[in-house]
Amino acid sequence: MKAVFRHELTSYFTGMAGYVFGAFLLLFAGIYTVVINLQSGLANYEYVLSNLAFLYLIIVPILTMGAVAEERRQKTDQLLYSLPLTMTGVTLGKYVALLVVFLVPTGILCLYPVMLSAFGTIYLPVTLGTIVGFFFLGAALLSVGLFLSSITESQGVAAGLCFVVLLINYFLSDLSDYFSTSAAAAFWTLTALIVLLGVVFRLMTGSRPASLILAGVLEAALLIGYVVGGDSFDAILPSMTDGLSLFERFYPFVDGIFDLTSIVYFLTVIGIFLFLTVQSLEKRRWSA
Amino acid sequence: MIQVSHLTKRYGEHTAVSDLSFQIEKGQIYGLLGPNGAGKSTTMNIMTGCLAATSGQVTVGGWDIFEDAAKAKKLLGYLPERPPLYLDRTPSEYLTFVGRAKGLAGAELEYQLSYVMEVTRITDVSHRLIKNLSKGYQQRVGIAQALLGNPEVIILDEPTVGLDPKQIIEIRTLIHQLGQERTVILSSHILSEVRAVCQTILILSKGRLVACDTPENLERRFAGAATVELTAEAGQEEVRRLLAVLPGIVRLDVREEGGKSLVSLESAGDEERLCREIFFAFSRADCPLLRMTTARAGLEEIFLELTQEDPAGAAGGEPQAGEREEEER
Repeated sequence: MKAVFRHELTSYFTGMAGYVFGAFLLLFAGIYTVVINLQSGLANYEYVLSNLAFLYLIIVPILTMGAVAEERRQKTDQLLYSLPLTMTGVTLGKYVALLVVFLVPTGILCLYPVMLSAFGTIYLPVTLGTIVGFFFLGAALLSVGLFLSSITESQGVAAGLCFVVLLINYFLSDLSDYFSTSAAAAFWTLTALIVLLGVVFRLMTGSRPASLILAGVLEAALLIGYVVGGDSFDAILPSMTDGLSLFERFYPFVDGIFDLTSIVYFLTVIGIFLFLTVQSLEKRRWSA
Repeated sequence: MIQVSHLTKRYGEHTAVSDLSFQIEKGQIYGLLGPNGAGKSTTMNIMTGCLAATSGQVTVGGWDIFEDAAKAKKLLGYLPERPPLYLDRTPSEYLTFVGRAKGLAGAELEYQLSYVMEVTRITDVSHRLIKNLSKGYQQRVGIAQALLGNPEVIILDEPTVGLDPKQIIEIRTLIHQLGQERTVILSSHILSEVRAVCQTILILSKGRLVACDTPENLERRFAGAATVELTAEAGQEEVRRLLAVLPGIVRLDVREEGGKSLVSLESAGDEERLCREIFFAFSRADCPLLRMTTARAGLEEIFLELTQEDPAGAAGGEPQAGEREEEER
């Protein structure tokens, strides 16, 4: 893992990706700081970060697109497979390198409120809490980007896919207002999702019985929930989509709440997507 | 050293490798030979843990390549068909990464780096970006990578493809040198290459092992009757009359051209004895022999015959591979 980490980290800083990522983040942070804190005279640095969150839609795909896809294209993944490394080690090495690249501009961001406090009263606990939330949100999005990079051979496709996924996630809570609140709609939508999941599972594992069993079990659980659940089934669609939004978990920090459940949520997302990345790398061994 | 047993690999409907079994002994150079698409790369990828087999097992030094992957892989150095190089790094940075991944550190890493760079003669270019190196140098960086960690077995997949003749000779010399202290397995679809460097040849065809033996044994086993060709200054009739009395001729073909007879015949037994008899028979008849040569089916023909489309050829070869395995045990 350490070897992969060191190798990846130097890659980011010998190439462009690391610098572009940092420069973009700091450029926009600078612009928002000027507009919000200096020109409008607001003493809340957290507003800068809250506005900055949308920037992840652009910089996360830039940073993560090559992480695994480029290895596949250059066939250097064969080297990783033939070396005495585990895929978990490879994934962790890559992910920690991404985090470090991300930590550099985030560290610089921490200096802004400290500098601003020389010219006015900045409530530092909220600001720093928001920076922590901002970092965890970014870390979760990076794990999503890493996974999406591992399912394709093309950097462009990885970046595009990552952008679309993050974009949908960004607007997910707005979209949830438009979902139907009827229980029947929820049932049919979830059924469609289960079928989709079954198809994806079939394509990924190539096992027809396994995917049928998976879809069958989920559908049965759904049916039981629908029949027994009754009223609680009504608003399940909007609340589910709302619950999937990563960005929505960040806004409490801006409001001054250091929400531990959000941190746990981000960590869970990171865990799930790193696990999926490992699986995607392992799978390549079976079907490549 | 390496034991491959009942290896099968399917891609959907297509079977790339089918029930492949063989054994690799320590300290020899092996050649995996076969036409394109015979399953050489698939076999090598499975042997090095880059690819999972549909069924069957590979053990390296007693360790299963999948169950005890880390231990098994430490004994292996692998150069895939396309060298897995990070083009925007220098050979020295690249090899440092591979060395660390193989668990080397500190003085040991430094020592091995300078050793492999010296053996593969890339020290001069170690600080240039890999993408700016020639194909031959890139190949050597790939081999250097395989040598790091001092593995007991080096597996090279088509190591000379795309190189110019001078580079090919250099790489062959290097392989020969490596084979003196390690086990080397290389694959190729070029027979002359395998014959030039390998002590044992494994011939693959359509995912099956059709032969496994030394080049000399293969020639002896598979070579059919020897052919004798001669030109005599005599008429067709006379030549036929002279040859008719000699024993051991299976097939005879005589052609007359400008007062000379061109003869091609197959000998059933010892062709040298037959040549001697032909010589004396013609000299007694005062009939000058202008030319006489003998030929046996070479490795080239054996290879073509074993790997041709006709499945009968493959079936004929299989027992040979089995026999060889028995001998090894």
